[in-house]
Amino acid sequence: MLRYVARRLLSLAMSLLVASAVIFLALEVVPGDPASYMLGMNAQEDTLAALREELGLNKGMVARYLGWLGGMVQGDFGISYTYRTPVSGMIADRLWISLPLAVYALILSTLIAFPAGIWAASRRGSWVDLGVMGTTQLGVAIPNFWFAILMVLIFSINLRWFSAGGFAGWDDGLLMGLKSLTLPAIALALPQASILTRVMRSALLDTLGEDFIRTARAKGLSRGQALRRHALRNAMIPVLTIIGLQFSFLLAGAIIIENIFFLPGLGQLVFKAISARDLIVVESVVMLLVFAVIVVNFTVDIAYAWVDPRLRGRR
Amino acid sequence: MRGSLLVGLILTVVFAGAAVLSLLWAPYDIEAFDIANKIKGPSGAHWLGTDHYGRDILSMIMVGARTSIAVAFVAVGIGMGLGVPLGLAAAANRGSWLDEIIMRGNDLIFAFPSLLIAIMITAVFGASAVNAIIAIGIFNIPVFARLVRGAALSLWTRDYVLAARVAGKGAVRISWEHILPNLTNLLIVQGTIQFSLGILAEAGLSYVGLGAQPPTPSWGRMLYDSQTMMSFAPHMALFPGMAILLTVLGLNLLGDGLRDRLDPRLRRQAR
Repeated sequence: MLRYVARRLLSLAMSLLVASAVIFLALEVVPGDPASYMLGMNAQEDTLAALREELGLNKGMVARYLGWLGGMVQGDFGISYTYRTPVSGMIADRLWISLPLAVYALILSTLIAFPAGIWAASRRGSWVDLGVMGTTQLGVAIPNFWFAILMVLIFSINLRWFSAGGFAGWDDGLLMGLKSLTLPAIALALPQASILTRVMRSALLDTLGEDFIRTARAKGLSRGQALRRHALRNAMIPVLTIIGLQFSFLLAGAIIIENIFFLPGLGQLVFKAISARDLIVVESVVMLLVFAVIVVNFTVDIAYAWVDPRLRGRR
Repeated sequence: MRGSLLVGLILTVVFAGAAVLSLLWAPYDIEAFDIANKIKGPSGAHWLGTDHYGRDILSMIMVGARTSIAVAFVAVGIGMGLGVPLGLAAAANRGSWLDEIIMRGNDLIFAFPSLLIAIMITAVFGASAVNAIIAIGIFNIPVFARLVRGAALSLWTRDYVLAARVAGKGAVRISWEHILPNLTNLLIVQGTIQFSLGILAEAGLSYVGLGAQPPTPSWGRMLYDSQTMMSFAPHMALFPGMAILLTVLGLNLLGDGLRDRLDPRLRRQAR
């Protein structure tokens, strides 16, 4: 197990390194000089030079990449070109909205998908199964930002149960904060819950065909008992994979949903940064999200190998 | 399950037909503003109502279908065009450095959701439909590469491939003549699924302003425009969203139906 973890850690480090190089290269080929952009058309040449010096723009590409990388390892993402404040601080503030939103959505998605998937699998072929599968078909096809708009229309504008957007802040208490994240979290969770329900159902149906389930049934367990006591645990591997993958989709998807609800999260930050050509902010947010995806996938891989020792030998 | 194929086919044909029809004819000219008739609900003259410039929403949806379908179609083309040869090459050289590089490259691209690729491309080159195509297309490459590699690996163990090798055919010829034709069904089904995901992605990108730019109509952009007028013009938000939902639903049902029809083995699994 230790050797497996060591090998996976090495490949994790390699992936992060290559991903960071790709992001850096992609965003460094941009024509234009951030210094002259920041100071405007009429800037003096020596002021420009001083700013380039301050931002480290006059160094070579490799030196800048290494500097960026070295800084990130220490939690220093550089200085924003437009706000002139450390990017790490800006990101940290926004993460306090985007991260809870993604986690909230993930919890909702799991809370919906587990019972729905189990229910459908245990009544396979019945109208319950058909209904659940039909609903997930709709849930997968609905664009989540449109669903968000519809929810605002119904729950904020017509029923006035929720505010149509904005964030109350965590200072007014956990409940107020969660309340402003509820509609966005539901919108984010809906497609993911639909996918997870389908995975849960088909994983359960697969395991229900296994020999050990037949043995359990032969011992006198009912179909439902066999499902709860034996099949569920064995169906968890594909379900866990999808949950792992979904977290990264939720974090990235939050960027769009935040926009609809005017939540000051990472999404708002990155879109403002794009229009202001504040590339260091774009670079850092993208890197952070890619980092999250890679680390989550790594964790899922390790979790597998822990659950199922047969997987350790494989590459 | 035959029903899903039929419903999927009908929905797909309706929207593809609307897109093609819009090349020749639409109920109204979408570039002409008609301020006197702005933000009107559905009526006999404007079946789906008008937007804040008085443009006919039905016509906008028809022309928008063109944008969506074109973007998703080309993006699937990019994904297949690059992903399929890569997957075939990886399978033909299983375990070699080439296989390793292709698969690690796939893992790398998988770490970038299409939205992040789009954000990077837009930050560098600005927003446009072409950049949306590239972003979704790049995202599609590893999907096809992995699918093809996995399926091709099992085909390489078949007797007829062994016979072809004995006959002296090279890896490229075997991949082209014996492996690829056996993957057609799989590619059609996955292509349909990626196509529907492409429609969703395009709508999302143009909604946040990273896709097609005005005046090119797109469903995502229409939803963006509707957002500030939601309280008094809900029809502006309703119909473009319905168009996305029905198109994606149609393509998904079509994909499911095709899978059942083309691959009897999968049919048993799905049930």
